[in-house]
Amino acid sequence: MIVFFQSLLSGVLIGGVYALIGIGLTIIFGVMRIINFAHGDIMMIGMYLTYNLFAMAGIDPFLSIAITIPIMFVFGALLQKLFINRVLNALPQNQILLTIGLGLIMSNTMMLIYTSDYKILSTSYSSSSVKLFGISISEPLAISFVITAAITALLYWFFLKTDTGQAIRATAQDREAAQLMGINVKRMSIIAFGLGAALAGTAGALISPTYYIFPQIGSIFTLKAFVITVLGGMGSILGATLGGVIIGVAESMGAVYISSGWKDVVVFVLFLLVLLFKPAGLLGKSRM
Amino acid sequence: MLKIDKLNFSYDDLKVLWDIDLEVHEGEIVSVVGSNGAGKSTTLKNISRLVRPDSGSILFQGEEITKLESHQVVERGIVQVPEGRKIFPEMTVRENLRMGSFIKSAKATRESNMERVFTLFPRLKEREKQLGGTMSGGEQQMLAIGRGLMTNPKLLLLDEPSLGLSPLLVGNIFEIIKEINRQGVTILLVEQNVYQSLRIAHRGYVLETGRVVLSGKGEDLLNDPHVRKAFLGM
Ligand SMILES: Nc1ncnc2c1ncn2[C@@H]1O[C@H](COP(=O)(O)OP(=O)(O)O)[C@@H](O)[C@H]1O
Ligand SMILES: [Mg+2]
Repeated sequence: MIVFFQSLLSGVLIGGVYALIGIGLTIIFGVMRIINFAHGDIMMIGMYLTYNLFAMAGIDPFLSIAITIPIMFVFGALLQKLFINRVLNALPQNQILLTIGLGLIMSNTMMLIYTSDYKILSTSYSSSSVKLFGISISEPLAISFVITAAITALLYWFFLKTDTGQAIRATAQDREAAQLMGINVKRMSIIAFGLGAALAGTAGALISPTYYIFPQIGSIFTLKAFVITVLGGMGSILGATLGGVIIGVAESMGAVYISSGWKDVVVFVLFLLVLLFKPAGLLGKSRM
Repeated sequence: MLKIDKLNFSYDDLKVLWDIDLEVHEGEIVSVVGSNGAGKSTTLKNISRLVRPDSGSILFQGEEITKLESHQVVERGIVQVPEGRKIFPEMTVRENLRMGSFIKSAKATRESNMERVFTLFPRLKEREKQLGGTMSGGEQQMLAIGRGLMTNPKLLLLDEPSLGLSPLLVGNIFEIIKEINRQGVTILLVEQNVYQSLRIAHRGYVLETGRVVLSGKGEDLLNDPHVRKAFLGM
């Protein structure tokens, strides 16, 4: 029984980080109707940024998100302004090519600078754990979950209570109507992509004490983000939050009860089942 | 107030507006009537800058607006209530109205405008917390008009507000349009309901396959033999 709760808890904890990645992708999809295939690569950039801040300036990875978040926001905003805004009315295949291309440029640039060697960011607490009711929790995972929960709460507040957040939702629900209300939809798109990139970058920062860092890590996470988003319903923030946690738990349970090599299979079987029986996603709606 | 001069517009290769001339004076209700596909909505889309004209000019209070972005047109005081309402389906009635007061100049009057809208449409007050997407067609139309009023429009563009409403509600909507106009909002109304819209209009234009074929006082157009034959079945 203790093993069950142990894996459930660590699944929820890592699921929180997955949720951040998924929410970022879903915001971008909701507002632009574009699937950002560079999402995992943006996360990878966040990892390297965190790694460098740690290796060069000795800043703790959980503290450095205060620097990483604004940098990644600006990075995403620029991507939107310079590239994505130009293909909003283009054919879907062109949009896909553009984001895949941007992702390739990012991973190859990082490979040029850092080679494909695995980097490890090891802090004093990287492998320590805390005990709670007899369940041991990885310390970095616990800290990252607390940060994730705070960021998610802030995000919900932003989208539900502020004018700009509401305007982003309005743009996602009906772009033309939003324009007719005087909302600058191009500006909202820039903010939305900035937010998506900031969330992906933050997720990268949060997992950097526990994951290997290498230029190609992005593609795994793009796929994961996609699964999470589809699971929750494309464009639904609540759905992506839920999807992230479900995937985290499924992976963790799969690793414990089947074998760690099979955890991805568990995730994709779950994914296929949802597609089969609830194709619109768990929450059945696709709007922010 | 609004002066459209020789406006031409095409969707790709399909030309749909030919040399449209149209004027709206301050305080007026101007109706543009014409059958389905005549180019009424396209004309409004050009004014709101959702599309770009091939040629021609649109002046609003002396300013050329064909150079502006759509949100800037709203900031100048032109607000469109689009065909098919286009309310935000996953937002409550109150949130929809709040989006109507997104622009800076409207934020200050948000609460008083909300009261004004609720006085005009008590139904919306009752449904304040309901999601827009779950309301009936008539309620959605009220919400769309209310949302437009939240922006403090000088000129309100209404695209087929009576479409799909029950006969009882149709009469209601036209009364409300008159009331909004009495409160000082200039109105450019686009309708297939030729009789009702010309009846409340100071002036009107008849649009056929993208051209203005007739214009004049509302009541004169109602008595025009061509209008009576083509639109009123008399
Ligand atoms: N998005 C579009 N793409 C191509 N053609 C369009 C589009 N919207 C409207 N049209 C065409 O333009 C013409 C005018 O349409 P519209 O302005 O909607 O007419 P109305 O509002 O008077 O019914 C019609 O022939 C219609 O088929
Ligand atoms: Mg129309």
